[in-house]
Amino acid sequence: MSNHPLRELLQRESIQQHCESVYETFGMLTLTVSKENLLALCHLLKHDSALQFNFLSDICGVDHYPQRPRFETVYHLYSIPFKYRLRLKCRFELDEFPPSVVPVWQTANWHEREAYDMYGIAFVGHPDLRRIYMWEGYDGYPMRKDYPLRGYADHYNPFGEARSEKSEGA
Amino acid sequence: MTDISLLSKGEAGQKLTKELLLNLGPQHPSTHGVLRIMLELDGEEIRGVDTIIGYLHRGTEKLAENFTYTQIIPLTDRLDYLCAPSNNLAYVLAVERLLGIKAPERAQYIRVMMAEMARISGHLLISGALPMDLGAMTTLLYVMREREMIMDLMEMITGARMHTSFCRVGGVREDLPDGFEPRCREFCHVMKQRIDDYERLIAENRIFLKRTRDIGKISGEQAIDWGLSGPCLRASGVNWDMRRDNPYEIYDRLSFEVIVRENGDCYDRWKCRMDEMRESVKLIEQCLDQMPPGPVAVAMPDIAFPLNKITVKSSMEAMIHHFDVSAYGFPVPKGEAYVSIEAPKGELGFYIISDGSPKPLRMKVRAPSFINLQALAVLARGCYLADVIAIIGSLDPVIAEVDK
Repeated sequence: MSNHPLRELLQRESIQQHCESVYETFGMLTLTVSKENLLALCHLLKHDSALQFNFLSDICGVDHYPQRPRFETVYHLYSIPFKYRLRLKCRFELDEFPPSVVPVWQTANWHEREAYDMYGIAFVGHPDLRRIYMWEGYDGYPMRKDYPLRGYADHYNPFGEARSEKSEGA
Repeated sequence: MTDISLLSKGEAGQKLTKELLLNLGPQHPSTHGVLRIMLELDGEEIRGVDTIIGYLHRGTEKLAENFTYTQIIPLTDRLDYLCAPSNNLAYVLAVERLLGIKAPERAQYIRVMMAEMARISGHLLISGALPMDLGAMTTLLYVMREREMIMDLMEMITGARMHTSFCRVGGVREDLPDGFEPRCREFCHVMKQRIDDYERLIAENRIFLKRTRDIGKISGEQAIDWGLSGPCLRASGVNWDMRRDNPYEIYDRLSFEVIVRENGDCYDRWKCRMDEMRESVKLIEQCLDQMPPGPVAVAMPDIAFPLNKITVKSSMEAMIHHFDVSAYGFPVPKGEAYVSIEAPKGELGFYIISDGSPKPLRMKVRAPSFINLQALAVLARGCYLADVIAIIGSLDPVIAEVDK
């Protein structure tokens, strides 16, 4: 994988100016990118004739609590013509959310709604940012690391944890 | 919210129509589970679709963060419960990538064979359920007969019919039982003829053709943009199958054809699955032919459970070790890995971030049904209400996998 053609393609200036670092981990090339450059880089990766990352496999939200910056979104791209796989990572603090990539890949819509539902990552410019698994009016973001596994105790959930002062913000 | 006053008299006696909001589900036999759809109707025509999911959300990913790597395997069974072996396979491949190990050859053949059996089982159910949703009950009853044969084979190998949990990190739980091969070959022999039977039964049925041809069409380019994968994407003319293009396990040693169709309508998605079952039968036969003898789990006592139960029960150290591995799990090196396979529904991926402890920091499931279902809104727009049922059936969503 170290002399994979994709690695050379990613070393080009047009790609390099948008990303912070390129490295390989467990057999997959990974780009880290700031949220300001994310959308431009995605456009480039999809429309570059030598790359053509036309298939967005997955968007994954990650909570690195208590590390800072706390949140991360991970994008897994696939190029159907060239059979390349690539991972993009974008790390940010709460309230400094990355832009939505729906303008690049339509399929990002539900992926981003899921990350919003589970982590509260409010993608900027998302066309329809609603909860997807939990219901409207649900309090809190269940996949966050400071959210208890059994939820908070209420009328319907007597086995949940009692809400403390510290977790109010969750 | 729902305005039921559809018709009202206009001034000159002519009828005025109004858009109607119709709720379908969550308890509806043709939504294949607890799926709720809000349809905006103009007469019989669909103007807008809002798919509401989450009624079966069990928090698999949150649970996984609190389980050891071995304990997660049964959780993956419950995603796409029709094809549990494929889910197990995708998950253990991701963990094995992090550990830097590979299962012994025999185990790989067993896994692939079971994954293909699962593919037949999943495709059988949907290719029977789609005609049933459209009023042809007979096919479903016939496919259930063959599905039962697969269930029996699964039971023979694992002891369970649905939730097999047979894969382990670094291998499979145990070797194939005596007398399995002839039973499996008999199944392959029977199955080939039966697929022809189903096709004769339904493929040229005029009602079925009318209800599925040119219904819910999507172009290849659009299908890629919406992230469709598996038979739903190949029915639109995109020639992409990960078993061939990014082979995992021993798929590079097997020969099979990737089924691609052109139209991208409900009929082609159904037909694609039919033809894929034929290829799967071939794959199972090749696995049986090529399967070498040997161990079925890696010889790494820190990861794999000792197969010899007598040792565990007679030696104190072995028993302590067995307890240790089962109760506390094994640490997985720090890092992240995304591994995806060609599951019956499409690209099934597991993304695991490990912090070096015996439990994952984050496990993300790239569930193919979830993404395929998203395209319902595009496919159904402009169709008639009755076509929505055919489109849902042809997308083949398993709600347990959609809701994770």
